[in-house]
Amino acid sequence: MASAKRAGRDRVVTLSPDRITGLTASLSLVLAPHAVRIPLWMVILAAAAMILRTWIAWRGQRLPRTWMLAVLTLFAALGTWMSYGVIFGRDAAVALLILMLCLKLMEMRDTRDAMVLVFLAYFTVITNFLYSQSIPMGAYLLGCVWAITANLLAIQRAGQPRVTGLLRESALLLAQAAPLMLVLFLLFPRVQGPLWALPQAGAGGLSGLSDAMSPGSLSSLSLSDAVAFRVEFGATPPKADTLYWRGPVLWDFDGRTWRAPGTDLVGQAELEIGGTPIRQTITLEAHDMRWLFALDMPGGAPTSSYLTLDLQLRAARPVRERMRYEVTSFPSYRLGRYEVPGLLERALQLPASFNPRSRQLAETWRQEGLTPEQLVQRALTMFREQPFVYTLTPPAAAGHAVDDFLFVTRRGFCEHYAAAFAFLMRAAGVPTRVVTGYQGGTLNPVGKYLIVRQSDAHAWAEVWFEGRGWIRVDPTAAVSPLRIERGAAAALPGVGAVPLLGQVDNDWIKDLRFAMDMVANGWNQWVLDYSPERQMNMMSRFAGGHVSWRGISTALVAATGIVVAILALIALRHTRSAPADPAWLLWQAFSQKLAKHGVARASNEGPRAFAIRASAALPRHATSIRAIAALYARLRYEEGSRPDDLSNLKRAVRELRLD
Amino acid sequence: MPFPEVATLRARALFTRSPRTASRSTPHTRVTLTRRSIYIVPTRAGLALGATLALMLAGSINYNLGLGYVLTFLLAGLGVVGMLHTWRNLAGLEVTPGRASPAFAGGQITWRIRIANSSTLTRGSVGLWMEGATPLHLDVPARDEVVATLDVPVSARGRVRAARVRIATIYPLGLFRAWSYAVLDMNTVVYPKPEASPPPLPASPGRPGNGGRTRIGEDEFSGVRDYQPGDAPARIAWKAMARADAVLTKQFSGGEGGATIHLDLAAVPHELGLERALSRLTAWVTAAEEARVRYAVSLPGRDIPPGIGPAHRSRCLEALALHGQR
Repeated sequence: MASAKRAGRDRVVTLSPDRITGLTASLSLVLAPHAVRIPLWMVILAAAAMILRTWIAWRGQRLPRTWMLAVLTLFAALGTWMSYGVIFGRDAAVALLILMLCLKLMEMRDTRDAMVLVFLAYFTVITNFLYSQSIPMGAYLLGCVWAITANLLAIQRAGQPRVTGLLRESALLLAQAAPLMLVLFLLFPRVQGPLWALPQAGAGGLSGLSDAMSPGSLSSLSLSDAVAFRVEFGATPPKADTLYWRGPVLWDFDGRTWRAPGTDLVGQAELEIGGTPIRQTITLEAHDMRWLFALDMPGGAPTSSYLTLDLQLRAARPVRERMRYEVTSFPSYRLGRYEVPGLLERALQLPASFNPRSRQLAETWRQEGLTPEQLVQRALTMFREQPFVYTLTPPAAAGHAVDDFLFVTRRGFCEHYAAAFAFLMRAAGVPTRVVTGYQGGTLNPVGKYLIVRQSDAHAWAEVWFEGRGWIRVDPTAAVSPLRIERGAAAALPGVGAVPLLGQVDNDWIKDLRFAMDMVANGWNQWVLDYSPERQMNMMSRFAGGHVSWRGISTALVAATGIVVAILALIALRHTRSAPADPAWLLWQAFSQKLAKHGVARASNEGPRAFAIRASAALPRHATSIRAIAALYARLRYEEGSRPDDLSNLKRAVRELRLD
Repeated sequence: MPFPEVATLRARALFTRSPRTASRSTPHTRVTLTRRSIYIVPTRAGLALGATLALMLAGSINYNLGLGYVLTFLLAGLGVVGMLHTWRNLAGLEVTPGRASPAFAGGQITWRIRIANSSTLTRGSVGLWMEGATPLHLDVPARDEVVATLDVPVSARGRVRAARVRIATIYPLGLFRAWSYAVLDMNTVVYPKPEASPPPLPASPGRPGNGGRTRIGEDEFSGVRDYQPGDAPARIAWKAMARADAVLTKQFSGGEGGATIHLDLAAVPHELGLERALSRLTAWVTAAEEARVRYAVSLPGRDIPPGIGPAHRSRCLEALALHGQR
C-alpha cells in the first residue's frame, strides 16, 4: 500500500509515440555495432521488434500479450543456446541481453518502463567495449550516450519538447558530468581484474605467433599490419639489423611442423652477458599466449613472468589484455656453453622418413670432415650462391617440404629458410633449434618509439658450438640482407599485399600513419590501460613521493567534494531572484492603473484573458488595452519580439489615460 | 563517489540539515523553499541506475575495460549533476496561499496555492500534493507564477485549515526526488452535508409575531461583510474596500419580498441528532435559495434575519457549519 502510494506521487505517464520513436532510434544506434557479431536471425528479430514497436506506437495498436512475449523469450533463449552452444559465455550473454532489450521494448508502456529501457541501453553501450575500444568506437558510443540521455530527459517532460532542445540539454548535463568523470577516472582506486572468471581473449580474432611453425604460418602473418608491440628505449634505439625480438623457441620437428616443447624447459639458463645493456619498455598487445618478447638476450624477467632454459620470456598467465613491462637485454652474450646433454640430443632429433635428398646432402657435407662452424658456412653459402628467392608467395610444398624447397622450388619465406637450415644442420650433426619472434620494427619519429607489427614476424635458427654455446644464425639474411636491414617490405618490392606503412614511397601517408599511431598509443597508455600500477605511479609522481591507497582515497574525496561544490554553485546561480523584467514592471504599472478603475487583474490571469475582460469593462480604451497586452505578451512569451517593443510598451502604458 | 547512494548521503549532509521545526507547524503567509528546507533522496529509478553502475564497474574491472570505466564514471557524474538539478528545481520558489472555496461535507475543498518563480530558470514538472489530494504536476515558467488547485475531499463540517503542502520534483532526470513542505495560512469552511432527500420546506410562518408576509423596505442597506465567492460584483463595496484594504460585500436586509420561511434547529425533531438536523437545515437553505423564497435561520444563540441571495446563503451555511464549534 505504502509503496503504491509513494509511486503514485511521481508522474507515471503512458509514453507518446514520439518518445517511443526516440527511444527506439537511440537503441538501434547502440545495437548497430553488435549487428556484425550476432547471428543474422537475431539482427532480423531486433530490427523487426523496433519497427513493430514504432508502428504500434503511431497506429495506436495493441502491444503483444504477455504470454506471446513469454513464448518469444523462451524461443530467444533456445535460439541463443543453439547459436552459441552456451548461455553464459560472454558473447552469448551479450546476445541474450540484446534479445531481452528487444522484448522489453515490446512491452514498454509508460515512463517507468522507459526508464528501465534507458538503463538497459546504457548497459548495452558498455558491452560494445568488450569488442572494440578504439577511438572511433569510443566517439560513436559517446554519441549514443548523448542520445540516450536526451531520451531520459524527454521521459520526464510533459508535452512535446523539441528534439534540438533535448539534445542541447543532454549535452550540457554530460559536459557538467565530465569533470566528475575525470576525477573518478584518475582517482577511483583501481582494482586488478578479473573478478569472477577469466575473460575470454580480448578483442577477438587475434593474430600472432603460435608455438608451432609449418610452411606458410609466418607468411600469412606478414599480410597483417596489426601492431604486435611497441617499444620505448631508454637511450637511442639499436640498429635495425640487431633487432631480434626473441619469441617461442621450437625444438621438435615431425617432418613438417616445428613445435615448442609441450611444457616449459624449466631451469636457470647459463648466460654470460656483456656489452651495453639495452633497456626496453614494451607495450605488448594481447595475443592470448604466454610468451613475452625481448631483444636477444634478456638478462632477467619482469614481474609475474620468468625465463626458461632456452631463454624464452614467459608470463604466468596468457596475455589477454594489453600489458606493459620493462626488460633489459644484452647484445653480447654467451649462452649455454655447458648445455645439458639431454637437450643437445633433443636438438639433433629428426624423423627418419622425411626429406631423403636433404639428409643425403648433409651426409655428404659431414663426410667432408667439416667442423660445425664450417658446416654452417657451407649451408649459408648454398643459400647465398644458388638461385634462392625470398618471396611471400612460394609454391605449395608436397610431402617432403624441405627437399622440395632446397632442390625444386627454391622460393620461400623466412620460415622455409629457417626450417631447411635447421633440418640440414641437425642431419649433419650440429645441435640446432628454431627461434621465432619478430625482427626489426618501424621507428615512429613522432612519438620516438618503435612499432613492431605482425608483418615483422620472423624465424631464425640457433646452433650450438662446443665451447661457444648457442649462436644465432639467420639464413634469411644470407638470401635477402635487405629483409634484415630494412624490413620485409623493402625486400619484397611491388608486392601489393605488404602493409601500406611498409611501402616507403608514400611519405605523407607514412607521416599521417605515424601521427595516428602515436595518438593510438597515447589512447592505449592513458585511457585503456590506466592500471592500478599506473595510477599509483602517476599519483606518486604528482605528489613527489610514495603515495598510499589511503592518500589516493583522500584525494578522491577531496577532489570530488570540490567539483561537486563548484557544480552546485553553478546550478544555484540561476535560482536566485532575477532583477525584475522591465516589461513585467510596466505590466504591473498598467495593471495598477486599471485596478484603480475597478478592473483588478487576478494574479493568475494572463495578458490575453485580462485584455478581453478589461476592454469589455472599459470599452473606450479597448484599443490601447489590447495593444499593451499584445506587446507585453510578445515581449514575455514569444521569441520574435522586436527591438522597439519595450519602448513602445513604455510609451503606451504612460500615455494610457483612463479618466 | 561511484554510486548515487553515496552521493545522496553527501547531499543530505550538505543541503538538508534538520528541517526547521517551526515551519512544520506554524502556518505561513509566504514560504520560500530554501536550501535548508529541501530534502533529496534517490528515486527507485535512481537506485536502479546505481545498481546498473555497480554492475558496469564490476564488468569494467573484470574485463579491464578502460572505456567501461569512462562510461561508468560519466554516468555517475551525470547522476550527481542530475541530483543538483533536481534540487535546484525547487530552490527559491515562493509558495503563498490562494483563496479556497467553501465546500459541503462529503464534497471536496479546492485549495489554491500560488507558486512564484522570480528566477530566470523555468521549473519543470513541480508536483504539489496535500493529504487526500491527487498530486498535481505543473511547470513554473521563469519570472512568472502559477496557481495550483488541489481538491481535497472533506467529511466533517466546520472550519478547516489547509494541511501542509508537499512540493516535490524528480525533474529533470527522474533519478532523485527533492521535496519540501509548506504549511500555509489558509482556511475555509465546510458546510454540513445536505440531507439527501429532505422533507419539504416548512410552511411559513414558523413563529407567531414575526409576521407572515413581511415586507421590509426593498434592499435596505444593512452593512458590509467579507467578500465570498459567488457574491455579485454589483454588491462589492468598492469605497469601503479602499478604506479597509479587503474585498467587502454590501449586505441588504430585505430582498425580493414574498413569503418568509423560518428554519429553526429547535423545530427539527430531536431524535434526528444534531448532525442530521444540521444536514436537514443545510438542504433546506439550498432548497429555499432554489425556490427563491426568503428564509431566516435560528440556531441556539444565533439568529439570522430573513434574506435571500448568495451572501445570505453563505452566512447561513457558515453559521450551520460552525454551530457548536469553538
